[in-house]
Amino acid sequence: MAGELHDVTDATFEQEVLKSEVPVLVDFWAVWCAPCKAIAPALEQIAAAQGGKLKVVKLNVEENMNVPTRYGVRGVPTLLLFKNGDVKETFVGSLSKDKILSAITEYL
Amino acid sequence: MTMSDAYDVLILGAGPAGMAAAVYTGRARLNTLILEKAVPGGQILMTDLVENYPGFPEGVVPMQLMEHFRKHAEKFGAKFETDEVRALRRENNLWVVSGESKDYRAPAVIVATGSAYKHLGLANEGRLIGRGVSYCATCDGAFFRDVPIAVVGGGDNALTEALFLTKFAGKVYLIHRRDKFRAVKILCERVAANPKVEVLWETVIQAIHGDSKLEALTLKNIRTGATSKVEVEGLFVSIGMTPSTGFLKDLVPMNEWGQVKVNQRMETGQPGLYAAGDCCDACPQQMATAVGTGVAAALAVDAYLQGLGSVA
Repeated sequence: MAGELHDVTDATFEQEVLKSEVPVLVDFWAVWCAPCKAIAPALEQIAAAQGGKLKVVKLNVEENMNVPTRYGVRGVPTLLLFKNGDVKETFVGSLSKDKILSAITEYL
Repeated sequence: MTMSDAYDVLILGAGPAGMAAAVYTGRARLNTLILEKAVPGGQILMTDLVENYPGFPEGVVPMQLMEHFRKHAEKFGAKFETDEVRALRRENNLWVVSGESKDYRAPAVIVATGSAYKHLGLANEGRLIGRGVSYCATCDGAFFRDVPIAVVGGGDNALTEALFLTKFAGKVYLIHRRDKFRAVKILCERVAANPKVEVLWETVIQAIHGDSKLEALTLKNIRTGATSKVEVEGLFVSIGMTPSTGFLKDLVPMNEWGQVKVNQRMETGQPGLYAAGDCCDACPQQMATAVGTGVAAALAVDAYLQGLGSVA
């Protein structure tokens, strides 16, 4: 059973995402966004299935404005895949688990 | 999963139409599988509040309502699977639906694939999605606090989005190519009374400008031919829907908009193949009519399968 995803914030983003040893999939989400809630289970499954090869975290765009602004995020859900501190993939809108996985596999 | 690959009915799409159909096929004790490419709920999830679904005078949050639809369908036995339909063909008196990695077979299929937001088709539009261009005001409105934005369209959805966006934006330009709205009167009245909304009549968007984010639009007045540039950080596109029926081409008759033609029993003309909801020509793009056509299709499927003698 997949658990809740770990939250990152403006304050912890550098340490948790940019300096991560493994690629990190960041889910930019908001409470008012239904598609965000809808893709959450897929992300939890991806996190559980990839184990130590990939970190999946979420960032609440209402409480953390700096990171979304820095990366020009103006829509949710947006998923950014970071590897070695750089954005490798961007997804906007709701997507299936398979679509996300097939696009990020080459970075794992 | 081998045993469960044989179903009585496959329902393509888990929006209001597909899930309503599944409640009925489940109660008819038909072995039912719903295929959904993304997440159960469909396009209605993009709306913040549904005000016109009967029985909810205070309005209803689509996310919650669709969760109830799903539970209701599951209660009577419908199975859900995440897969995207690639093709549909007929083989040995069965319909074969090709998904991304496997096939599904059943004597009856209800196509309830709905529709997708139409894009303007302008340069930079796709590149700036999530960077200022949006098709969901509920999702993205809050990124545009106190800045000017634009909504393009003139139907119920466009006016609803424009009104919702006034909660955040400093100014909302409502761009419409005609000189009056198609939207229902109550929404026209609310727009007219809202000081934050400026309607730009008989106007179309000619170009979208912006590098890493949306910066401005070039507009053209189609009556005078005059062009102008307006600075906006957000553009919400609400110009209608395109039915998700591409995989049915050459299989069933469609109308000029690509909606599957159906009769009163939701029959497409092919044996055992039904359509319901926004993807068919019998549904005026409302949640209540999606539900109604889904139910009608389910009843017709049950009668059809009983006629075939393929179910007990």
